[in-house]
Amino acid sequence: MKLSLNWLRDYVDVDLPVPELARLLIDATAEVESWETIGAGWDPERIRVAEVVAIAPHPDADRLRLATVETGAGRQQVVCGAPNLEVGQKVAFATEGAELIDGHTGKPSKLKLRPIRGVESAGMVLSEKELGLSDAHEGILVLPATAKVGRPLVEELGDVVFDISTWANRADLLGVLGFGRELSAITGAALREPARDHRESETKAADMVSVTIEDPDLCLRFTASVIEDVTVGPSPAWMQERLLRLGMRPINNVVDITNYVMLETGQPLHAFDYDQVRDKRIVARRAKPGERLTTLDGIDRELDPEMLVICDGGGPVGIGGIMGGGKSEVSEKTKTVLLEVANFKRGSIRRSSGILKLRTEASLRFEKGIGPAMAEYAQHRALHLFEQLSGGRVTKGLVDIYPGETPRGTILVTAARIEQVLGIAIPANDVRRILTGLGYGVQDVPPATFSVQPPGWRPDLEIPDDVIEDLGRIYGYDKLPTTMLEGRLPDPEPNPLRDLRERVRDLAVGLGFQEIITYTLTELPKLARAVDPSDALRLAPLGVVNPVASQYAYLRTSMRPALLETYAANRRHQDGPLRLFEIGFEYLPVEADLPHERTVLCALIGGTREARWSGTAGERLDFFDAKGAVEAVFDALGVREAYSATSHFGLLEGHTADVVAGKEHVGVVAQVHPDLAASFEIDEPVFLVELWLEEMVRVLPERPEYAAPSRFPEVRQDIALLLDAATPAARVLEVVRSHRSGGVRLSGDIFDEYRGEGIPEGQKSLAVRLRYQAEDRTLTDADVAKVQAGLLKRLGNEAGATLRGG
Amino acid sequence: MGELAPDNWHLVAGGWWPTASPTALSLTSGPLYTQDSMIDSALIPPGLEAEALGALASAADEAAIEAWRVQWLGRQDGRLTALLRSVKEQPVESRAAFGAAANELKRKLESALADRNEAIRKEALRELSTSAALDVTLPGRPQAIGRLHPVTQTMRDIVKAFEEMGFRVAEGPEVEWDRYNFDAARIPEDHPARDMWDTIWVNTLIDGKRSMLLRTHTTPNQIRVMERTPEPPIRVIVPGKCYRQEATDATHEWMLTQIEALAVGEGVRMSDLKGVLYGMARKLFGNDRKIIFHHSYFPFVEPGVEMAMDCFICRGSGSDCRTCHGTGWIEILGAGMVHPEIIDKAGYDSSKHTGFALGIGVERVALLRWGIEDIRHFYQNDLRFLAQF
Repeated sequence: MKLSLNWLRDYVDVDLPVPELARLLIDATAEVESWETIGAGWDPERIRVAEVVAIAPHPDADRLRLATVETGAGRQQVVCGAPNLEVGQKVAFATEGAELIDGHTGKPSKLKLRPIRGVESAGMVLSEKELGLSDAHEGILVLPATAKVGRPLVEELGDVVFDISTWANRADLLGVLGFGRELSAITGAALREPARDHRESETKAADMVSVTIEDPDLCLRFTASVIEDVTVGPSPAWMQERLLRLGMRPINNVVDITNYVMLETGQPLHAFDYDQVRDKRIVARRAKPGERLTTLDGIDRELDPEMLVICDGGGPVGIGGIMGGGKSEVSEKTKTVLLEVANFKRGSIRRSSGILKLRTEASLRFEKGIGPAMAEYAQHRALHLFEQLSGGRVTKGLVDIYPGETPRGTILVTAARIEQVLGIAIPANDVRRILTGLGYGVQDVPPATFSVQPPGWRPDLEIPDDVIEDLGRIYGYDKLPTTMLEGRLPDPEPNPLRDLRERVRDLAVGLGFQEIITYTLTELPKLARAVDPSDALRLAPLGVVNPVASQYAYLRTSMRPALLETYAANRRHQDGPLRLFEIGFEYLPVEADLPHERTVLCALIGGTREARWSGTAGERLDFFDAKGAVEAVFDALGVREAYSATSHFGLLEGHTADVVAGKEHVGVVAQVHPDLAASFEIDEPVFLVELWLEEMVRVLPERPEYAAPSRFPEVRQDIALLLDAATPAARVLEVVRSHRSGGVRLSGDIFDEYRGEGIPEGQKSLAVRLRYQAEDRTLTDADVAKVQAGLLKRLGNEAGATLRGG
Repeated sequence: MGELAPDNWHLVAGGWWPTASPTALSLTSGPLYTQDSMIDSALIPPGLEAEALGALASAADEAAIEAWRVQWLGRQDGRLTALLRSVKEQPVESRAAFGAAANELKRKLESALADRNEAIRKEALRELSTSAALDVTLPGRPQAIGRLHPVTQTMRDIVKAFEEMGFRVAEGPEVEWDRYNFDAARIPEDHPARDMWDTIWVNTLIDGKRSMLLRTHTTPNQIRVMERTPEPPIRVIVPGKCYRQEATDATHEWMLTQIEALAVGEGVRMSDLKGVLYGMARKLFGNDRKIIFHHSYFPFVEPGVEMAMDCFICRGSGSDCRTCHGTGWIEILGAGMVHPEIIDKAGYDSSKHTGFALGIGVERVALLRWGIEDIRHFYQNDLRFLAQF
């Protein structure tokens, strides 16, 4: 919405500096986005209003004329080429040295006078282009007849035009008058409403046209008036100026009046050529199936039965509240005008304009909800202007069909509620002042209640808290103190999954992984590359109807594509190690319900390990770096997990392990299959960790297993075992860790695996560091020997392992 | 750990100590030996002490010193050990004096050995600080360090600020029913307020009428929290991803992160909203922050406001400030008092229970606090960007 400060001043006196005015409006009324100052560069000394008093031909040039202008400080003669120059016009007149826009180059320049074809010129009569108002340079700018000769043009025509975003519930702010009302309430300055008086002829409007509303649920009110003997022609300069300033093109006085009153009041109006209205009958009804209408913009449109059409005796002539039809348009030949000012149901207007893809100045206003009272207000305002500007005679009375009329609502607002909502009491005098200023009717109901009637142009006001908002914003939210919530705290709602997620996030960061956040929408081909072809669920992701781009058309069912893409993108400009992770959702479709948003950690590592400055070239990160990170996470969480060789789609067989904890399969650690990596443009070994947090949370211990550190020393012993190459090392460790003997607890780690020379074909050697610990004594050599013997026996039986060299 | 130690260090008694290099063995302390009158030269072979001390003085390195120790003080056949053993062969009358003299000589040699070792250790340390001094400006060995995404960091900071004020966290689905996202939040179809949220719709329609969408704000989860809370009080923040069907530019991103707060209960006032926001602004942007409210409109609140805070960069003084565009104020978030209709629909009594709600864009806060110029950096995941936070 554009707001002209000059226009606004018709209704309320505003003397504030512009930034302060903008601040007031922002604080209390609507979002002022920016403003533009018109005439900021007009020198008040050198550019003034003048009147053309005489015109004579140029002695030496056919297309030039000599104009005599009254400048207020004497008459001057100027040479002028404008075709539209006429005696009696008020014009903008510049003298030597004025800063103008050059009419030919479009660049700023200083006016230098010199004789034109031998005739001296005392100044220049200006076009809109020269003043920087528009690109119009065909003729001179003609000022309103009311312009005062000799007055600086910046005072006469200078303006500030605000660009304002108004709220979706305030159609009244789509009219300049709405801001007048707001400012009057904010500053206390008196409101001057626009003149709405007019004479009426003896002819009754009701005898000239009949109006029927067949669908009162969509058309709440329909008013019609008739103006006879209208002379269609250009509207006056002041009106054209204002329309242009707010972005509307002047057409003729009849159309301009309807647009002017809409910009003024926020209420759209529509003028018909009365003689084109068939049967002198207007019907507002739902469109019939298949009905069509060619609207004013020349487009033939199909209507649907939920759209309200305005019809005459011959059929549809307009889509109610959106756009008229071409047939009954006002033209230069129009003698009698039928003026429609109606009120339509806002949801219906929005729906229809959405379906028709036709947003108009009218529909934008109606869809926000206009008070039905405004129809009558705008009628009389327009009729006043018709009488003044079109020479027409207004017939008697309005045809006013008002099925949606409801008694003016009353809202009871208690002082207690004001305080309950805002946290402060507003003095009763201020309540009355603010509400009266905004146009409410206000009655006191002792002891502390206000009975208020909202103004007719504010259908957004329905409940006491709506009124309290008006009070709060005008009284000033700066008067609210800052207080702290009081009272009982609600019970906590445990969320172990969230707790785990944040802990794992911290652990991953601590282990050197960089967190990334990728888009959750992806495209099918990418998913299909990373997802097991037999995984029907993940290959049938939920799609979106209107993606922002085709590569974001499906909700991801796997995070791997995004991680691989991110890895590849970073590898392009970064050497060395890459460790990336994201914790996010897989969106798994669920029949007839919202998808399962499954919390997953997905991580990738690869590249060379951090290089030491002392020269050693970094070796590559490998499977065991990835696995080590997983082990560290589970260790920190106090979960004992196990790994087993497995194979999965997209992961390299022989380099893939399932991670299991308790009964839960909690994730996978693997080398990404080189083919899959290559399809994401990764040409180096890259390792994947996926942890499934929803499964992990089920095996999370409530608290860590605690045992006091032993007072007795442990005994360490390194042994080498010989066993079948295919036997997993984990089996050896299981035996060690489960071995108990005579109160001695065993633990062990593998610190080397060796195959090759000295080891029989098909076998391997594992170096194991054993730790023996008793809770109640210092172990003797005999104790250790006894436990070791038992352990070796079990290792032989259960893992096929023998002591190497033993 | 072991591999980190340079080769000329070795582990001694739980700490890292230097060993001397062979060239470092010159004596710098005072005279090592003097003739001591307490030794009876009649009983102990004359010159023995001088010989021992002389040999020690000329032992040039650790090995030589050790050889000297074995030669003189060795338990098996050190010369002084032998001397002490020979006490039995001495005449009875001089045995005591011989023993005393031999012991005295042993003590002297031991002391000289300790002095010699100490001198060598000191010399080695001096070496370490001088010729073996490090160029401490050489880079350290790189350690792997990960970082949280700046959006996560900002999210956590905001969450923490609210948790300290008694709010707890509730999360809800990103893929939502349109009823929760819009209708229950007083944004019916055909209401122009829907223009405020351009929606990405999911292509599934359940029972021909229930549509799914990607939530445009976290408000639907406020509704869910109220649904499952039979009775106020409620003090909750609802964080999470949201989606908008809009073109991206430096300040717009179609995937975004929001945190909304909701407090419902008896006596919840707009001034409390102001207090909570004041607390949050100070936590995130510094204790000297000021905040103001101005009028705004959201269908689910009444009254509705927008909060602005004074510019923490120019503090209101910079007409060309890039952060506040010279206005001195930065728009941070939208908020308001929960519409009574929503309170009543939740099964509460709006005449008794009031509430406030607010919504913050996490990316916006992150952009502001770090002076990031383009929101699109966040989800491009370029490590050159991410590694800076």
